Amino acid sequence: MEIPYTVSARRDTGLWNAKVGIWLFLASEVMLFGGLFSAYIFLRLDAAAGDWPHGLLNVPVGTMNTAILIASSVTVVLAWAALKMRDLTKYRIYMAITILCGVTFLVVKLAYEWPQKFDHFGAFIKEGALEKYEPYLGNKHLLEEGLAPRKEITGHLHNKDALKDPNVKEYEIALDPVYADPTNRKMDRPHFWPKPATDKIATIEKSDVKYATMCLPKHSSYFASYFTITGLHGAHVLGGVLVFCYMMLPASTRIYRHNPEHLANRVEVAGLFWHFVDLVWIFVFPLFYLL
Amino acid sequence: MVGGTLLLFTAVTVALSYVNFGTQKANVAVALLVATFKAGLVAAIFMHLSAEKRLIYRILIFTGFFVFGLFWLTYLAWYDPIHR
Repeated sequence: MEIPYTVSARRDTGLWNAKVGIWLFLASEVMLFGGLFSAYIFLRLDAAAGDWPHGLLNVPVGTMNTAILIASSVTVVLAWAALKMRDLTKYRIYMAITILCGVTFLVVKLAYEWPQKFDHFGAFIKEGALEKYEPYLGNKHLLEEGLAPRKEITGHLHNKDALKDPNVKEYEIALDPVYADPTNRKMDRPHFWPKPATDKIATIEKSDVKYATMCLPKHSSYFASYFTITGLHGAHVLGGVLVFCYMMLPASTRIYRHNPEHLANRVEVAGLFWHFVDLVWIFVFPLFYLL
Repeated sequence: MVGGTLLLFTAVTVALSYVNFGTQKANVAVALLVATFKAGLVAAIFMHLSAEKRLIYRILIFTGFFVFGLFWLTYLAWYDPIHR
């Protein structure tokens, strides 16, 4: 059976069907991500001063991933334009670059950024014990500057068995630079280039800790929403890559030979989805990495 | 061209996040303003919304309306007597 209106426009809508379809789908996607973003805003605005983590993500890597996605958005337009010019070789090249960009994005996210967080430790100090850890927290200094207090100490956990073994009474942490030098004004705001944990070791007694965990979704509302939204976004990137791969297969070449405009329209629709994924990332990046 | 502009504004977003605009709220507003501008570029040029059929606009007006409603719920929650 021949599917109608893949190329020619329906008289009542003035559009070929897939165009209407993808926009309806994108409209539902807007609601999906919109719900998560509004949840994020709600959690964020309701967090007490000092309860929302800052500077725990790798900004240069996030910036690079943003650039990669934008570049792939450009190449997918070029691939579509190549099809419109009936240049299959060029189309294949641009499509391959797009797929490569998408895969790179995913690899960076899943093989580098996430695992780095899974190995990043944070201990929230009990209200009563904040004074005791003042040398690491520098809250008097922050109060003078009119900034939010620090309630968590982060760094690299040396004795990982402390997480599970109740007989281990303390956490040994190689401190992140902020906590090694908390009263330094340069440490008041996060830096662009992330610095590794210092060799200054802090011992934090478990009895002083309200809650301690790696930077997993359970760490905080911040990481819960970070992993949810970047995870869902990553799934979309993966979906886009799979669709683009299909468009490189012989099946798609056959469609091109049969009617090049048909494949061009398919690429256009997949491209619309890809731009949407790019668009979501444009909001994710500043909200989670920068603010 | 558009890609270049987008890359440039990504750099601008990153740079601006290290500038203190007084309050946290001001910084959030500036970052979201730049992001919205970039999103507008993507939608208008890459997704060629600047020259699209009327039906698509109709779909998007509905979407915009409901998304606005969704964010408005968050706003409503601030006046929830149980929550406060």
